[in-house]
Amino acid sequence: MRTFIARRLGVSLLVLLTISTLSFVLLKASGDLAISLAGEGSGADYVAFLRKTYGWDRPILVQYADWLWRLLRGDLGTSFYYGSPVLEIIAERLPVTLKLGAFAIFMALGVAFPLGSLAALRPDGWMDRVAMFIAMVGQATPIFWFSFVLILILGLNLAVLPISGGGTTAHFVMPSIALAFYAMPAIIRIVRGGMIEALASDYIRTARAKGLRPWAVIVRHALRNTLVPVVAIASVQFGFLLGGSVVVETIFALHGIGYLTWEAISQNDYPVVQASVLVVSAFYVVLTLLADLLNMLIDPRIRHD
Amino acid sequence: MFSHIRNGLALAAGLALLSPLAQASKADDTLVAAFQAQLPSLDRYHAPGREGFLLGLLAYDALLYRDPNTLEVKPLLATAWRQINPTVWEFDLRKGVKFHDGVEMTAEDVKFSLEYAADEKNRVFNRMTGGWIKSVDVINPYKVRINAEAVTPLAIEYLIQLPIIPKAYREKVGLEAFGQRPVGTGPYKVAKGKGNEIVFTRNDEYFEGGGKSKPKIKTLIYRNIPDVNTQVAELISGGVDWAYYIPNDQAARIERMPNITVKNAETFRIGFITLDAAGLSDPNSPLKNVKVRQAIAYAIDRQAIASKLVGGSSKPVNAACTPSQFGCTQNVTTYKYDPAKAKALMAEAGYKDGFSIDVYGYRSRPVAEAIIGNLNAIGIHANLRWQQYSAVIQQRRDHKTPIVIDDYGSAGVADAGGILPFFFAESPDDQSRDPIVTEAVQKAGSIADQAQRKVLYAKALNRIAEQAYWVPLFTMPVNYVFAKNLSIPIPGDENVEFWRAEWK
Repeated sequence: MRTFIARRLGVSLLVLLTISTLSFVLLKASGDLAISLAGEGSGADYVAFLRKTYGWDRPILVQYADWLWRLLRGDLGTSFYYGSPVLEIIAERLPVTLKLGAFAIFMALGVAFPLGSLAALRPDGWMDRVAMFIAMVGQATPIFWFSFVLILILGLNLAVLPISGGGTTAHFVMPSIALAFYAMPAIIRIVRGGMIEALASDYIRTARAKGLRPWAVIVRHALRNTLVPVVAIASVQFGFLLGGSVVVETIFALHGIGYLTWEAISQNDYPVVQASVLVVSAFYVVLTLLADLLNMLIDPRIRHD
Repeated sequence: MFSHIRNGLALAAGLALLSPLAQASKADDTLVAAFQAQLPSLDRYHAPGREGFLLGLLAYDALLYRDPNTLEVKPLLATAWRQINPTVWEFDLRKGVKFHDGVEMTAEDVKFSLEYAADEKNRVFNRMTGGWIKSVDVINPYKVRINAEAVTPLAIEYLIQLPIIPKAYREKVGLEAFGQRPVGTGPYKVAKGKGNEIVFTRNDEYFEGGGKSKPKIKTLIYRNIPDVNTQVAELISGGVDWAYYIPNDQAARIERMPNITVKNAETFRIGFITLDAAGLSDPNSPLKNVKVRQAIAYAIDRQAIASKLVGGSSKPVNAACTPSQFGCTQNVTTYKYDPAKAKALMAEAGYKDGFSIDVYGYRSRPVAEAIIGNLNAIGIHANLRWQQYSAVIQQRRDHKTPIVIDDYGSAGVADAGGILPFFFAESPDDQSRDPIVTEAVQKAGSIADQAQRKVLYAKALNRIAEQAYWVPLFTMPVNYVFAKNLSIPIPGDENVEFWRAEWK
């Protein structure tokens, strides 16, 4: 198991390195930070001065190596746009995104579990059709569009929720629903698929034959076996949510990592983009690892492999 | 599952009750203004863009103030000023003006602030406004002399953009802390500077007698809402009282709401097309031929683009500057939309069958596509290269762009000198390299005689229009959208005077 974890960590590191290289090159190719920093009326000589002071006139590989070297020593650098240490900015913004992601994933699980299970009880029954229809709509609906529908209904027509900002927990409800809707379809499908398979298996028949009550059969025997793939998919979905938060945070004006990344990309503020990408990818990696460990706890078969 | 939704709604409603919605707010005398951009720093010297200007006006004061409608320069921290000789200006400072921390503003603060802006090492935003200053001499606590590097006809225009910051406090707390808890003399103090909103509260001590005045509304909240649809929803719901830069289609739709006012007003920003007349991107460029450039100018239906796509009060411009700027004569060669004439000119130039060329753009896709359509109609097959602003500008400076659809706001300078030196006179963005234009623009930028400067700018602008180095397109007005119960002045230069806003 230890070699397993070590190997997973090694692969994850390579993934992080690849991601950071890609984002660095893409960002450098897409625009010029010196021009944005100087301001419209500053003239080219000042732009050249900024480029020289910050070392952006050096070859891109040298700049990347420089950034990487600092990173290895734990220095994420200073944001050119905000003028403060990137670590400070990330630390300020991360809790917002984590709160949003946690709300959303619990909402998604809260809806997807009962829905997927009910659907599995009678495949092709009306409940199954409803669940599959919801999953399909969830998958096909662009997240920004759904966000505006929420704003329209909950924010304007019913006026029960604040539309934008992040001052109170109420501000997180709409963005969480939007994100949950986005994460839900995959979980519904997995729960449904897992349950159908479990319910058809021999030990369920045995449990039924023993005369256990139906809910005990479903919850204690079938559901527990469905958990393994669900945990795996939920952790991946949580990573997706961090990515999806770019759109949702921008629409709902939440100052989290997503909005920070979006803003930093448009400013070519590469230390911030790099750090955000690293943080989100690191979360991904850690979550998949955690999911594997959690699954070992749930399923003794994995543990004893 | 439906019960789930119902529970969700009940929960949501419950949460909403627990934390009452931030309602805008005649009742608690709080004006909530929405902005697409956030302010990375509250230090005006490090706050970019339009919002940096507004921050400079709210929390700080400069020596002088420019009226946003008449563009007349008025006293502010300086009560009087005079030119001692072509490179030295003298300013009498207002006595008894207090910074938000209670310390009196004196000549030492002026010296500190202006020399900070002048020093390249400080990497301030828009260094042009401070770069001309050589040094500042303190004559006595209420009198300073500013020494310019050279004759600077735009000195006053630049000074209205340079806020005076407290030397003692700034040196004590340092750059980063000042950016979070700034101190100025302005009509509003920064009460809370971090997170989603910046809270400004009225400076009750604000002095009278300058071009600005003590705010009528007690609290001003700067809310960063990046998405314009969300801004509109907030305006309708009453969560936000004021927003600007709302696109025309949205503005037209919400104008019908009973609680909303929409006003469209001019800015300094104009749209234009730069043509590589010098053949920098290609020595055989057809754009080197004046007839081709004139054909392009005739081919573009500026009136239709201005009224249908830019909208509002946008109108075509003929000269290479903003009509409200000093020295910006509109009395130049004009090219009225005439595709037949354009085609004839193309044939005369030897391009009867047209040619193919790259057109770079970054701002408005519909406008760019209309221009491409106009060019196609006279046989110019334009390939649109859509990129980020900074990428397009860099490529023009690297001599890679034949045609750029561009726009410019002159960084708020009400003088043709705020735009011409950046696009002509051998600047890196100069794609025509015309010696006549260069001489006129450089001379106008180095003498103080305003009448003569006007003549020189007219000469340059006439030459630019005659040779069709540019296709000036249109003015770019913006929509101000705000609550009906709010009365707020609409500026002609985007410098909103929030301190004059009041509830009806």
